[in-house]
Formats: sequence, C-alpha cells, structure tokens
Amino acid sequence: MPASAPTPAPAPHAATGPILPLRLKGAEARRRGKRLVGPVDLELGREGFTIVMGPNGAGKTTLLRLMHGLERLAAGEIRWAVPMREARMRQAYVFQTPIMMRRSVVDSIAYPLRLRGVGRAEARARAARWAGRIGLAEALERPAPVLSGGEKQKLSLARALITGPEILFLDEPCASLDGRAMREIETLLLEARQGGMRIVMATHDMGQACRLASDVVFLYGGRVHESGPAEAFFNAPRTPEAAAFIKGDIVE
Amino acid sequence: MDGFAAGLWQAWKLIFTLDPDLYEIVFLSLRVTMSAVIIASAIGLPLGAWLVIKRFRARRFTIALLNALIGLPPVVVGLAVYMLLSRSGPLGVLGLLFTPTAMIIAQVIIITPLIASIAHQTMRDLWAEYHDLLLSMNASRAQRIAAILWDGRRALLTAMLAGFGRGIGEVGAIMIVGGNIDHVTRVLTTAIALETGKGNFAFAMGLGLILIALSLSVNLAIHWISRTERASVW
Repeated sequence: MPASAPTPAPAPHAATGPILPLRLKGAEARRRGKRLVGPVDLELGREGFTIVMGPNGAGKTTLLRLMHGLERLAAGEIRWAVPMREARMRQAYVFQTPIMMRRSVVDSIAYPLRLRGVGRAEARARAARWAGRIGLAEALERPAPVLSGGEKQKLSLARALITGPEILFLDEPCASLDGRAMREIETLLLEARQGGMRIVMATHDMGQACRLASDVVFLYGGRVHESGPAEAFFNAPRTPEAAAFIKGDIVE
Repeated sequence: MDGFAAGLWQAWKLIFTLDPDLYEIVFLSLRVTMSAVIIASAIGLPLGAWLVIKRFRARRFTIALLNALIGLPPVVVGLAVYMLLSRSGPLGVLGLLFTPTAMIIAQVIIITPLIASIAHQTMRDLWAEYHDLLLSMNASRAQRIAAILWDGRRALLTAMLAGFGRGIGEVGAIMIVGGNIDHVTRVLTTAIALETGKGNFAFAMGLGLILIALSLSVNLAIHWISRTERASVW
C-alpha cells in the first residue's frame, strides 16, 4: 500500500456544522421483547478513536448498529448535533463479514458515490484511486465476491471511506484476518483519524485495542460497564469484569 | 418413426427453400412473444423487487396470489381478453381483436406472474444479503430496487427466458384472440394446431421442430450474450 497516498479528510459540511457529539440517553435495543442492549448513557465527542470491547454477547455489535441507525431504538434517545436524516448521510459502517455486491472492485467502491449522484466516470476515477490505496489497482475489473477475505475487508473500508464520513463505525473488521491485512487496515484507519475522522470500532483483540484506542467503552451484559480514556482503562480498570477481561480471563 | 423422419425432412425443406410463409410465421411468433416478454419484464421485474423490499399488510397474500396466477389457464385468459376486446366489450372500440396486439396482451397476462414470481424468489435472497449494506448507505427505495435488479440481472434473465418459453409455446389464448388468420395472426403454434387438424402431420411436425430449434436458439443466444457461467460467481 503506498504510504504517500493522501489521507481522506471528512467531507466539509460547514453549512450545517459537525454531526458530533453523539448523545445516547437511556438507549435500548430489544428483539422479540428481550433487551439486547441498554439502557445506555454515552457521549461520543468530536475526536478520538473509541474501541468498544466486551465478551461475546455483551452487545457490541448491537450498540454499534443502534448508533448507526441499523437497529431500532426501543427506548431512550439517540441525538446527533444535526437532524438524524442528515447525520445518516455523514457516517459509514463496516460490517464484520464484508458484504460484497455482485460488481467489479471499482464499481463496488464507487457505489456510495453513485448513490449520491456523482457521475459514473468521476465515481469510477475516484474509486480507482482508492483501489490503488488498498492494493487492488491491478484488480479493478475483478468481481468483488471472488476477492480474498482480507481484500474484501479492505474494499469494504475503501467503500466506507470514499464519501469522507465524519464518523466511521467498524464491527470487528479484522476478525479472521491475517497480520498483514490487519496492519494495512489499521494503517488506513490511523490515516483517517489523522485526517479528522471520528472512529468507533468493536474488537475482541486486546493488542489492536491498545494500538488504536484513544478511549474505551467496555460493555458487559448489554450495559456500559466502564468507559473512559484508553490508558486509564488498560492500566487501572475500575470493575472486576473489565480487569478480568484485560487479563485474558474468561468473562461470561 | 416414419412420421418423425418425414417431419425432419419437412422442416429441412421449409428452412432451406426459404419458404416465405414459414419465415413470416416465424417472425410473427418472435415479434409477439418478444414484445410480450419485454412488456411483462417491465412490469414483473420491478414488481418482484418491490415485493421483496416493501413491507405491507397484504404482502404475503399478494405473493401467494402471484404464485397462483402462474397457473392461469391460457384458454381462460384468451376468453377474457376476447370478451374485453370484442365489439361489444369495454375495449371493443380499439379494434384490437384478431390482431398481433391482442395476442401480445394475452401473452403479457400469462407471462407476467411467472416472471414476477421467479424474480421475487431470486431477489429475496439477494435482498437478504444486501439489506444492511444498502440501509447503511442510505439508499432510497428506488435505489435499493435498482441495485438488486442490476446485481441480480443474470438470474433475472432466467426469469425472462422462462417467460419466453411459456409465451413461444402458448397456443390456447392466442388462438382465441388472434384467430389464426393467414398472413395476419398465424404463428408457429397456431399453424401446428391447424396442420394437425388438417391431417398434415409431417408438416405440423416440421413446424414443431422449427419451434423447438427457435426456442433453443434464443435461449442459447441470450446465455451467450449475458456471459452466463463465464464471469466467475456472477
């Protein structure tokens, strides 16, 4: 991946102001009457790299989906600094299992731009530059579904970043990827953060959390058990569950 | 077996002597069915996609009804269209009865549920896969429909070919609304019915073999054009 490639800065939205901070107040997600997450009180500021951690079933994915609007809010409120409709346009989401459209690599990356009315030629040209950044310059016309796992996840990331979102949600994007693909993705994420993008990522990987996090949200049993600066969380966790999780003990 | 061999010989002779009547019948058959498939696809494909995406109270009933309509008896469709288009019918003023247009209308009614139903089943799987992604990207309803129609285009082609197969071999409805008039509404299937009735079995068999060859050729041509089985998993 060329290190000299320009960092994608979030698209300017000076007219309406930034979409952050994001405030969750008593937010709950339920499915068939069963509470999956919540009530959650949380505030995400304008800057930073938040890592959402917790054992399996803690509600990491559901919390991310709830904030992004993919999960229905059962109770409480989620408030962006701009109207919800506009906030939705200025954020992106990367799924744990990459969803590949039945299109070529370049058309897959260009798709979000096409949805926003960018002409085909321009969208493809911008997508081709992104494909170069993620090491897929030679595979522009290859069908996206036949890429390797790592390539698919990098494509997902490029597809999320191409519109310059102000906040990016990632649900364990490096799960089941090898070290090289993970490093490439982390490099892209750090570049995006340096460019001013707000990042919220769920991960199981303690090493990755230590490398990337500026702050941590620790979920346990669908609730925020602990949240705060990463250094304080890793060095002096306040709850026994968080301490056990950091130590690598089995936390159920 | 003699009859079959005679049929083959008749088919051979008709094709290679460039029999003008035969070519007229073949072209009319293609014109009627192709037009019907295009119109039915324009209705059925978006309808199938819409039924996948839109949630409404009568959705399951509508899907069940669509599936049931696949079994519409062509003769009954022909009769209904005949009554609509006859002089005393509500659309009699259009003067469409016993014209290729009437035959296209009947075929559209027969083919549309088939195309919509196959399209719906195909796109349901694609929608399950794309749902979160398209919602995350804020795709509008029209953009979602366009995405699953475009990305499912090869599978949808199969739906259209099924519609073509049903249309090109259909005889009951078009016989009633077309009237099997020589040089006006005679197509391969109605010509076969007529020749069989007259006892010209070899000639009818010859026409039948041409019909099969025509159907296979169109299917193969479409598969070749759409690069089926050549573009990896697409």
